[in-house]
Amino acid sequence: MSKNVNVALIGNPNTGKTSVFNALTGLKQKVGNYPGITVEKKEGVCKLPRGVKAHILDLPGTYSLNTTSLDESVVVELLLNKNDKDYPDVAVVISDVENLKRNLLLFTQIKDLRIPAILVINMADRMSRKGISLDVQAMEKKLDTKIALISTRKNNGIERIKELIADYKSLPTKSNVDTSRISPEYFDRLQKAFPNEDLYKLWLVITQDVNFMPIEKKRIEDATSFSTKSKTELKKLQHRETVLRYQFINNTLKETYKVDFQSAKGLRATLDKVLTHKIFGYAIFFLILLTIFQAIFEWSTYPSDFIDVQFSAASEWLKNTLPSGVFTDLLAEGILTGIGGIVVFVPQIAFLFLFISLLEESGYMSRVVFLMDKLMRPFGLSGKSVVPLISGTACAIPAVMATRTIENWKERLITILVTPFTTCSARLPVYLILIALVIPEGRFLGLSYQALTLMLLYLIGFGMAIFSAMALNKILKIKSSSLFMVEMPTYRLPLLKNVAYTVLEKTKSFVFGAGKIILAISIVLWFLGSNGASEDFQNAENIVNQRIEEQGLTAYSKNYIQNNLDAYLEDAKQDSVKIMTPILKERARAQEIASYKLEHSYIGYAGKAIEPIVKPLGYDWKIGIAVLTSFAAREVFVGTLATIYSVGSDEEETIKSRMAAELDSSGQQPLFNLASGISLMLFYAFAMQCMSTLAIVKRETNTWKWPLLQLLFMSVFAYLVALTAFQILN
Amino acid sequence: MVTVAELEHGQKGVIKEFSDNILPIKLLELGCLPGNMVELVQVAPLKDPIYINVNGSHIAIRRSLAKQIEIDIQEDPKAI
Repeated sequence: MSKNVNVALIGNPNTGKTSVFNALTGLKQKVGNYPGITVEKKEGVCKLPRGVKAHILDLPGTYSLNTTSLDESVVVELLLNKNDKDYPDVAVVISDVENLKRNLLLFTQIKDLRIPAILVINMADRMSRKGISLDVQAMEKKLDTKIALISTRKNNGIERIKELIADYKSLPTKSNVDTSRISPEYFDRLQKAFPNEDLYKLWLVITQDVNFMPIEKKRIEDATSFSTKSKTELKKLQHRETVLRYQFINNTLKETYKVDFQSAKGLRATLDKVLTHKIFGYAIFFLILLTIFQAIFEWSTYPSDFIDVQFSAASEWLKNTLPSGVFTDLLAEGILTGIGGIVVFVPQIAFLFLFISLLEESGYMSRVVFLMDKLMRPFGLSGKSVVPLISGTACAIPAVMATRTIENWKERLITILVTPFTTCSARLPVYLILIALVIPEGRFLGLSYQALTLMLLYLIGFGMAIFSAMALNKILKIKSSSLFMVEMPTYRLPLLKNVAYTVLEKTKSFVFGAGKIILAISIVLWFLGSNGASEDFQNAENIVNQRIEEQGLTAYSKNYIQNNLDAYLEDAKQDSVKIMTPILKERARAQEIASYKLEHSYIGYAGKAIEPIVKPLGYDWKIGIAVLTSFAAREVFVGTLATIYSVGSDEEETIKSRMAAELDSSGQQPLFNLASGISLMLFYAFAMQCMSTLAIVKRETNTWKWPLLQLLFMSVFAYLVALTAFQILN
Repeated sequence: MVTVAELEHGQKGVIKEFSDNILPIKLLELGCLPGNMVELVQVAPLKDPIYINVNGSHIAIRRSLAKQIEIDIQEDPKAI
């Protein structure tokens, strides 16, 4: 391990840093979080010439070592901390040939920290189109470094980077800029107070707000022999530093970097005119959103349904193959179904990240931010929140993951917290069945009441998301820079390799990151639903069999058998009636046993226990059970009711007619009436009721604090709204 | 006082020496320094933010920030 060369990739955003990382490491990369914070940590291994290996760390993109965000402070903390196990032996600074001037600012800062640095100039393939010519050798001399002129798009120059890394010991470590010129007087005093330390390092410690710095900083502030300056004065000096650096850079580039504007051609102006146009701009963005929505809402159902079917089949197969027993049940119904419940999200996640990485890679995402900023500003959000919020209308899980593209932590957190309010596709089966039950048919201005109700539910969800964003923006006391400054990168054709890596990496991080929590919760839910402590549960089969013996099948079961037989008769298959009757009877018996078991399982008792709590909302204990089990996922509500009413089939019509026949405790009116139906719909509109969302929020915020607060708030709010609605309507 | 916020589409200006007000350091890092040229590239449909090219960096900033950057407007070359 100790022989590995530690390499840090550093660079401005939009310089193709990730492409370089992918090219160096291939698939040998690992993505995680920095401990305690939500900044992504990407590491990989790269084989160098002469049998040496390099550990490559892809640091977050930054414009300089002057930190304004969490991402940037990660970079500074590493570069200032020689004891960090990732402290680089060599820094590889990635720049973009078109923006070299600006990219060099960061390079000179790293040089001045005396860290051996290699300058990589990317996108060399664009030089002739942009009329750029470079004198690499002269530039190497001026900057006192080694340069690799590369193109990740054309896959050129990667070998040169590897050679330079392998040779890192021969890199000069002289500084570029004489930093004492920032303020000779100040640096002089600094030198006297801390004679054995690197002055530029001290300067960075003094001027930056970084996590571990308070202690370091205190050490400097406490030094009696040294008095620092006020914040404003330090800021002025930072300005001076920037000016000094640009003087050095301009000097360097004057002789080594030439642009012939005559031969420069660009798509930028033309594309910008269309894509940020006041009509076309929004129309195109709307079309893109529509496509994304269609993909996660519609296209992904094909692979998702396929996965669903395969997992049920596998579970069925296991049950038939393995000897029956507790272990088989756990494997087939608990674990396998739980894994199925995770994998089923993969198509949606893959589709969403396919689109998002295309938008990011092409440079379009910045234009979205530009277009939407004014609209989103009142809610404390920016254009970047639009894509997650709209995707949330299909599924909150990929949507929450998509918030990673939002740099501002406060804004990202707000988006994560409010996205689950948008109406996801799992709410749809619940809404549809309830609407059909309790909303009368009929029309208002040509629109059916039922359709209007559904639309209202969508609007309520979106409205609530926006409203809570506004509230959170006021409430959350998170220090975040209010500075809005977005780079508008050049348009580029997305690199398929990068897109594929992103999709793969996001899918992996969901399955292995959030998957553990989802699996654990689903096994617990399964256990509670299929086990019980009471005698009644243990003897469910005997009890139900005895009941059938004495009283016959329930009226509903008889009906069920008759209806099925009628259907066969209609098909004029007289013979089959004889065969079917016992089969149907057996099925009805199994359904009655399942219902009895669920009623007497742990979760059944829990449902009964919470009846006093849900009664004011117009629910009975059966709905209580369904509400509890649907914490796995909202659509489970329908399935649970089907089991508890011992309706075997998943046919929506069957469940619906059974629900319609259910009477409330007074026995006077249907249990699912307008009041209780609306109350239920509102409950599902606002309650979190989705363990996968909980798990992904835990993963994305890197703490249990936010998901649990979110769960608590959403549940309490949903309860209160449902309560109010029922009490008013009843 | 003329600022970046007053630029019209395609118009250019040269950044003046900063007075007392202190611009965010990020802006300077991207090349927004005295003596450098600023061009207004696009204005968002709702008039805010604006999209400028300063010293080769293309960035979008809000009007409130643009108002803090003093400039001398370059005469329209076509008018001369």
